[in-house]
Amino acid sequence: MAKAKAATKKAKPPAGRKKKAPARRTSKAPAAKRAPRGAKKTLTGEEKIALLVRMMEIRAFEDKVFELLARNILKGASHVYAGQEAVAVGACSAITDRDYVTSTHRGHGHCLALGADLKRMMAELCGKATGYCKGRGGSMHIADVASRNLGATGIVGGNLPVATGAGLAIQMQGKDAVCLCFFGDGASNEGNFHESLNMAGKWRLPVIYICENNLYGMSVAFERAAAVNEVASRAPVYAMPGVAVDGQRVLEVRDAVLEAAERARRGGGPTLIEAKTYRYRGHSRSDPRVYRTKEEEAYWQERDPITLFRDDLIGQKLLTNKAFEKLQAVVDRAIAAAETFAVQDSPYPDPSEVLDDVYCGWIETDKGLVRTETKG
Amino acid sequence: MPEIMYREAICDALAEEMRRDPRVFVMGEDVAIYGGAYSATKGLWEEFGDERVRDTAISEAAIAGAATGAAMCGMRPVAEIMYVDFMTLAMDQFVNQAGKNRYMFGGKTTVPMVIRTEGGAGRSIAAHHSQSLEAWFCHAPGVFVVMPSTPYDAKGLLKTSIRDDNPILFIEHKMLYGTKGEVPDKEYLIPLGEAAVRRPGDDVTIIGYSLMALRAVEAGDALAEEGIHAEVIDLRCLKPLDIDCILESVKKTGRLVLASEGYQEANFVCEIIAKVQQFAFDYLDAPIERVCAANCPLPMSPVLENEAVPTTEKVIAAAKRTLRRA
Repeated sequence: MAKAKAATKKAKPPAGRKKKAPARRTSKAPAAKRAPRGAKKTLTGEEKIALLVRMMEIRAFEDKVFELLARNILKGASHVYAGQEAVAVGACSAITDRDYVTSTHRGHGHCLALGADLKRMMAELCGKATGYCKGRGGSMHIADVASRNLGATGIVGGNLPVATGAGLAIQMQGKDAVCLCFFGDGASNEGNFHESLNMAGKWRLPVIYICENNLYGMSVAFERAAAVNEVASRAPVYAMPGVAVDGQRVLEVRDAVLEAAERARRGGGPTLIEAKTYRYRGHSRSDPRVYRTKEEEAYWQERDPITLFRDDLIGQKLLTNKAFEKLQAVVDRAIAAAETFAVQDSPYPDPSEVLDDVYCGWIETDKGLVRTETKG
Repeated sequence: MPEIMYREAICDALAEEMRRDPRVFVMGEDVAIYGGAYSATKGLWEEFGDERVRDTAISEAAIAGAATGAAMCGMRPVAEIMYVDFMTLAMDQFVNQAGKNRYMFGGKTTVPMVIRTEGGAGRSIAAHHSQSLEAWFCHAPGVFVVMPSTPYDAKGLLKTSIRDDNPILFIEHKMLYGTKGEVPDKEYLIPLGEAAVRRPGDDVTIIGYSLMALRAVEAGDALAEEGIHAEVIDLRCLKPLDIDCILESVKKTGRLVLASEGYQEANFVCEIIAKVQQFAFDYLDAPIERVCAANCPLPMSPVLENEAVPTTEKVIAAAKRTLRRA
């Protein structure tokens, strides 16, 4: 009874009361006036080739990362993205530079698909001052907030609520934007996944939850861990469409995200996309991959996302083998330059900066926190 | 000056900041129609509506994480977690994401968010609704911890916290919501990291915060009747900590008692004790005394609960021990 009464009150707010609130709005561009503007639907041949090049860059970058790890030049943990390139590149090609992205512990591909600079990426992995996060984040914590990449996280499923909050901000600010939230099949068993999708489903938030189902959460197969066979099948209970796509086909991923983004921009709420894919390397460098067979690995190598797309483009006469080789040479040179920049030319951060940027306006000293600035 | 209740001071601070800044919004369990489990958001929903006063699902991780994401994208969320005990469910989002993002990402993001929660014993609601877990959050780099004891401080510090660019855990006390105190009509802010001297004295320093600041004042009053002049300090903020105020007092009195409702083991006051011995060792005339909660889950039975948490009598006794007058 009380609830119904209160709801009636809300429907008819006391006259004049709302006028007391300042008319100032946070949104600079109210969405109502303008038709939503998404990424373009059809790609030219050149644009398709650009997608292929992006995938080649990611593969070459990750191969280099693996090599540097093996040679112990690169320290720490790196979870490489090789094999999954079509997901990041397809999805990121379907959004605009007004949209947000959250990433995962296997996130190099997401950054590069968004156009991150190879040199600064490699420098960050090497812990150098010239890296995207001044060497503080490393492989698992790369962000480029200026370009709306809200960052990677070392916690499986850790960014699902954050992406949901980004969607909430977009909605409250009336912006023509979406948030693209990458996560893995393992994360779909976390409470964060279920809490976030419920919240986004209820509030119709403009978030595209894109699950990269690479079959394994570290070593445990999805089928050994989950009560369902498909991640996408979890969508309907949260009042959103669930779409499973071939994650090795870059344009298939792209089309699914385009459709989801268009729906979100129209106020149609979130979508869960499951891209079925495979990581070529182990979970991390110490992983002997005893939990999967050589046959399975060979099967997926046959469905390599770069080879599939290259062959498509050659079939459509948009590319020749010779042109592909030239592109590969360009990519290889760029990766070599990134390695030189990161490994040889870039300095490590100054140890005196270790306590910088923990807080806004305060810094840790022997005696505790002291102000670094006086706020106006 | 008009007297208002602690819960009203919280509510007034929220309303004023929401009127002032359209980026500020409130979300949490039961905050809208119900007005908050302890009525600290009462009336906000009627004024600001569903959009800015959001009842959420019982999803603590999503509440804390959505606040983090919204803060990174230009909003200033004030999320409510009903009991600090429930912060266990939001821990990863607050500590690992909100608290660390700025540093991990090279200083290129800010996370201007407040989580309001409440803690403390006194209602016989046992081990999952009575804890004082502030030490956990003081241990986490990147987050602030604010714990006001009066309506005046609650309002001024909450307004400052909402305007601050750091993720802040604002811990209220369930036994303080109904307490009254003077709060001016005129707008005011209280800077973070400034303790308040509640009572001047030069025999012994007694430090408390939240409800224990009131117990410390009561102890100071009782000691005065016996001719012992205690200086009572209310920390107000645990992080940032006003260490200068503490050191100045200890250098004057040479004796220190700390009262906290947190478990004794690894209590936040241990950090204060470490700093005092580091920076004022030569001034100490007696071993430092701490009066904390017993190292057991908070029991339900009122008799046991009272035994487990610090009381005014325990604070008085500790002060006397430092003066060898027990």
